[in-house]
Amino acid sequence: MKEVLQLIVNGEPQSCAVEPERTLLEALRYDLGLTGSKQGCDKGDCGACTVLVEGEPTLACITLALSVDGQRITTVEGLARGPELHPVQDTFDQYGAAQCGFCTPGMLVSAWACLEKNPAATIDDLKLALSGNLCRCTGYTKIFEACLKAGERLRTERAKAGTR
Amino acid sequence: MSPTVSQKPAPPKPETGFSVIGKRNRKVEGRRKVTGAAVYTDDLAFPRMLHARILRSPHAHARLKSIDLTKALAHPGVIAGCTGKDMPVPYGIIPWTRDEYALGLDKVAYVGDAVACVAATDERTAAEALALIEVVYEVLPTVLTIEDALAHDDEPHQVNSFAKKGNVSKHVGLTFGDVDGALAGSDVTIEETFEYAGSTHVPIEPHCAIGVPELNGVITVYSSTQVPHYLHRELARVLDMPADRIRVIQPTVGGGFGGKSEPFDLEFCVAWLARATGRPVKLLYTREEVFYAHRGRHPMRLTYKAGVSKDGVLTGVKSKIHIDGGAYSSFGLVTTYYSGQLLTAPYRFPTYEFDSTRVFTNKPCCGPKRGHGSVQPRFAFECLLDMLAEKVGMDPIEIRRRNFIGDNTRTVNELRVTSNGFLECLETVERASGWKERFRKLPFGKGLGVAGSMYISGTNYPIYPNDMPQSAVQIRVDRSGRVTVFCGASDIGQGSDSLLAYVVAEELGVELEAIRVVAADTDLTPVDMGAYSSRVTFMVGNAAIDAVKKLKKPIQQAVAEHWDVPAHSVWLAGGKVGTWEDPAKLMSPAEAFVLAESKFGTLGSVGSYNTPKDVHGTYRGGTIGASPAYSFTAHIAEVDVDVETGMVAVEKIWLAHDCGRAINPTLVEGQMDGSAYMGFAEAIMEEQAFKPTGLHDGPSLLDYKIPTSMDCPAFESHIVESVDAEGPYGAKEAGEGPLHPSVPAIANAIHDAIGVRMTQLPFTPAKVLKALREKRVQGRAWKGVV
Repeated sequence: MKEVLQLIVNGEPQSCAVEPERTLLEALRYDLGLTGSKQGCDKGDCGACTVLVEGEPTLACITLALSVDGQRITTVEGLARGPELHPVQDTFDQYGAAQCGFCTPGMLVSAWACLEKNPAATIDDLKLALSGNLCRCTGYTKIFEACLKAGERLRTERAKAGTR
Repeated sequence: MSPTVSQKPAPPKPETGFSVIGKRNRKVEGRRKVTGAAVYTDDLAFPRMLHARILRSPHAHARLKSIDLTKALAHPGVIAGCTGKDMPVPYGIIPWTRDEYALGLDKVAYVGDAVACVAATDERTAAEALALIEVVYEVLPTVLTIEDALAHDDEPHQVNSFAKKGNVSKHVGLTFGDVDGALAGSDVTIEETFEYAGSTHVPIEPHCAIGVPELNGVITVYSSTQVPHYLHRELARVLDMPADRIRVIQPTVGGGFGGKSEPFDLEFCVAWLARATGRPVKLLYTREEVFYAHRGRHPMRLTYKAGVSKDGVLTGVKSKIHIDGGAYSSFGLVTTYYSGQLLTAPYRFPTYEFDSTRVFTNKPCCGPKRGHGSVQPRFAFECLLDMLAEKVGMDPIEIRRRNFIGDNTRTVNELRVTSNGFLECLETVERASGWKERFRKLPFGKGLGVAGSMYISGTNYPIYPNDMPQSAVQIRVDRSGRVTVFCGASDIGQGSDSLLAYVVAEELGVELEAIRVVAADTDLTPVDMGAYSSRVTFMVGNAAIDAVKKLKKPIQQAVAEHWDVPAHSVWLAGGKVGTWEDPAKLMSPAEAFVLAESKFGTLGSVGSYNTPKDVHGTYRGGTIGASPAYSFTAHIAEVDVDVETGMVAVEKIWLAHDCGRAINPTLVEGQMDGSAYMGFAEAIMEEQAFKPTGLHDGPSLLDYKIPTSMDCPAFESHIVESVDAEGPYGAKEAGEGPLHPSVPAIANAIHDAIGVRMTQLPFTPAKVLKALREKRVQGRAWKGVV
C-alpha cells in the first residue's frame, strides 16, 4: 500500500506516493526524476547514492524513503548556487576530478558537506570524509586536489564576506 | 629472425603555438558531470517501459534439461519472457570464437550463467517471477582450476565445446631465435614461477541496457557499452535482423576498464523483449551480476627463464604460461597472444620464446581488463629482471637502461616501434623518488622498487577482418559558426568526446565552445571501433585531423577570394581567421563559414584513419600485437612493510609515462593516476576468488574490496612527450600502459624492504608473513636483519 511521502528536496517541497519498501534513492530517481544521485551497488557499499539528509551525508540506497518523511534532502542537483557552480563543483570540473562521473554526485555531496563545515580541511580530513565514496577512475588524486582548491576558494570567499 | 631497423627520420621537434593542444582545458561534458545532469543509461525512462531480470544458474556446470516459464508468465505484472531457444544464434566478440548464447541454450557453464529472462511492469515483479521459473538441471562435473582443466578431456568435463581438445581454449607457441642456446651461453640465468590472481573491473556504474521499439520495425538499444559498433553487429546476428533496423546509442558510461567491451546477455534480452512486446524494456544489472559478467583479468601461472651476460645484457627470455579463461572465449584468442607478444619492449630481447595455453574453467569468463593480457607477464618479467640485476650486482634501473631497445626499431617478434621515451621515463622517476640516495639504504621494512613497460596505441588489425577505416569522423559547420563533430567513438570517462573537440578546435582554429560533439550513436555517427586497446586518441585523433584538413580547403579558398590573397596564406587559429599577407585583415570563423557556404553550398567533410598494414610480423600470429605506436612507462614504488602483521603499505608511486604528446595534460595525468591505482589495487588487495563449488567468494563491494580514499598511496604522475611521428600532434595512448609497472614495482619494493620475493598476487599479509618465515628458515640476512 503506497503512502504519501513529503520531502523538501534542494529547498523545494516535493511529494509522491511510495511503497513502504521504496528507498530514498528510488524515490528521488524514479518518482521525483532527480537522476543525479546514482545507484552503484544498492547495498550501501559504494557511496554513489550519497545525499544530505538534514545536512548529514546519508546513503540513499539503504534509507527507506518514508523514514525521512518531512525532512530536508540535498542532492547533487542542489549544490550549485543558482546558475553558478559551487566552488567544489567548479574545481572538480577544472582539475579533472570527474572521469566517468558516476561516483561524482555522491563524492561531491560528501566533499561539499566536509568543506562547508571546514573549508580548511586537510588532505587527511578529506580522506576520511570521502572514505565512503568509491571512485574507480582517478585513484582519488585529482579529487583531493579539487577539494583542496575548493577549500581555498571557500576560505577566500568567507574572508571577503567577513571583511565586508 | 634479425630485427630490422627502419630508416624513418627522427620525429619532428615539438611544435609550439598550439591554442588548444597541450592546454589544461575542461572536458566538454564536465559541467554535466558535476551537476548531476549527465544522463547514464539507467537515468533514461520511456513511457510504458517494462523492467527485466535474468535468472542465473546456481550450478557451475550443468545441462539444461528443461525450462518452464508458464508459472512465471502467469504472475501478475509479468508481460513476457524468453529463453535460449528464442535466440539460438551464437555470438562472440572474436568472429572465430562465437561460443556464447544470449541465454543458455543447452547448458550453463558457471554459477551466474544466464538461463532465462522475464519482463514485468516493475523490477520487483520481474525478480519475483524469476523464482517461479522451473528449470531442470543435469549437474555435470565441475572444472575450476588450470590443473583440473588440463587433467580431463572427457566430454562431461568439457566446459566449452569450442575447445579443440579437452579444455584448451587456445594455445600459442612462438620462438624467435635460438633461445636455448642463448640461455646456455649466459653468465647468469634465473628461472622462477609467478602466479597472477584474477581481478575484475568494478566500474561504479553497473551494466544497463534499454531496448526501445521504433517505427518500421527498428529497435534502438541504449547500453552502457564501450563498443557500440561491435554490439550493433552482434545484435543483428542474434536477433536475426538487418543491421540497418538496429540502432545502438551509448549514453554517458560510468566506467568501463574493459568490462563493457563486448556484448552481454542483457543487451540481447532487452532487444528481443522490446521486439516481442512492442514496449521499451530496461534491464539493470545488480552489483552481484556485474561480478558474474566479469571479463576481467585472467589468472595466469607464468614460468620465466631469462639469462644475462655478467654485464647485465639480456641474452634470451623463455616463458611457459597457463591462463585460466573461465567458461567462454571472450577475447581469449587475443589474450593468449598478448601474453607473449607484448613483452618484447622496452628491452631488447636477442632471443625469445613463449608458450601460452588458455583453458576453459567453470567460472565467469575472463577477458580484457585495462592492460589486456600483458599486465601478468609484465609483472613476472620485471620481477625476474630485478632478480637478474641483484645476481649480477647491478642497480635495477641500470639493467633496464642497459637493455633499452631504442626508438625507430623492431622488436625480436618484429613489432615496429616508433617513438620511445622510456629512458626519459626511467630518469624522471629515478630523480623524483630520490632513488640513488635511497635504494637499498632505507631501514628494514621500507623499500623502493622499479619497473618499466610498454603498451599498444590501438591494434593494427580490427577484431573482424575488413579493409574499412578503423575510425571515422564527420564534421558539419554552418553560418552560425557552430562546428558539429560526429564520431562513433565511445567516451567512457577517459575523455574521448573532449579529445574530438580539442583536435577539431585546434585544427580548424575555432574556439572550443563552438564545438558540439555527437558520439556513439550508430544512426548518426560514422563507425568507430570503440574504446578498447587504447586506440581512441591515436585513431580518432588522426581521423578528426583528416576530416578538418578536407573542410579547411574550401573555407580558405572562399576567404582568399574575398580578400584577394593566395589561399595558402589564409590561416584559421584561436577563434580567428586571417592572412599572412595582411595582419590587418581578420574575421571570425562564422564570417568565413558564410563566405564558404555562399560559394560552395552546405559545408561538411568526412575523415578517417586506418592503420599501417605493412608493419607486422611475417609469421602466423605476427599481426597480433602490432600497433601504430607504443607507449612506455616507468614506475618507482615505495613501501612500508609491517613485519609483525605482514601488511604492505604502499606509500607512494612515482610514475612517468611517454604518451607521445599530452593533448590535455590534466586528462593524461588522470589516466596515469587511475592506472597506477588499479595496478596497486591488484597488487595489494583485489582477487576474483571462488569457493570450491564454483560460487563467487563474495560478489559485492563489501567482500570484493577495492581501495577507498584511505587506502591509496600518493600518485605522482610525470608526463614524458616523445612526439610520435604518426600520432595526432604526436600523441600516443595513456589509458592502459601506466598500469603495468605498478605491480612489479611494488613487488620489487617489498624485496628492497624485507628481502623476500613476492611471486603470488595479491601481496596479502598472510603471503608476506609466509614469505618472511621461509626466508628466516633459510637464514638469509637482509639489510643486517636475520
